[in-house]
Amino acid sequence: MEYQVQENCLTIFLPKEVDHHNAEIIRQDADRVIENNHIKYVIFDFEQTEFMDSSGIGAIMGRYRIIRLIGGEVWAVHTNARIRKILTMSGITKIMQIYEEDQK
Amino acid sequence: MNNTNEMEVVFDSCSANERFARVAVAAFLTQLNPTVEEVSDVKTAVSEAVTNSIIHGYENEIHKISVACRIEGDKFLIKVCDTGKGIDDVRQAMTPMYTSRPDLDRSGMGFSFMEAFMDKLEVESQPGIGTTVKMEKTIGKGRHLWTGQSL
Repeated sequence: MEYQVQENCLTIFLPKEVDHHNAEIIRQDADRVIENNHIKYVIFDFEQTEFMDSSGIGAIMGRYRIIRLIGGEVWAVHTNARIRKILTMSGITKIMQIYEEDQK
Repeated sequence: MNNTNEMEVVFDSCSANERFARVAVAAFLTQLNPTVEEVSDVKTAVSEAVTNSIIHGYENEIHKISVACRIEGDKFLIKVCDTGKGIDDVRQAMTPMYTSRPDLDRSGMGFSFMEAFMDKLEVESQPGIGTTVKMEKTIGKGRHLWTGQSL
């Protein structure tokens, strides 16, 4: 998993495809980083991501469950239309903000 | 019917094959000249069904999963079969947000996604024998609306 930690904020650079296979790896790596760095905010960066299924939703929900205990938040950035559709359909947008950079 | 075509792949139930399954199905689907959106829909649905077989059907043991596709005109039919432990209560399993394995960070959206992205979804399951998921999607719905018109 590619990630970056800035103070209490963890950015996870998601792979091209987020399925059960990849989500498992992200889940394990992210939980270790969250615990070791007192992470409060998790940003999921979808820049490279072209495919995601419900396993990705599960992985996001799981990380949210951990950090909400300390009042944390999860964010999504660089989402394309397909990813936004998946996120919206799953209802996870109720707990996760989608950050849109260029609203032209 | 004359314009039919079929394919079937059988593979081990390891998580790396989730990608193989959806890519194989997408490659077979291309002959119907689908839109990018339609390909994504089918890939998501296949991924969900295969993931279910791996996690729930076989509980991460390695056995065989079969994915069969059939083209009938503009209709695309997919059948995903496993011989795993089966589903006791199919209706409950298909409830959005329901998951039998919350410990695994499952979202419980698998069947909901299959239902949303395909036109038809049928689940047949017998505990101890296995599960078959049948899905159907008409490709190119409404596309003739503009391709049929002269500009």
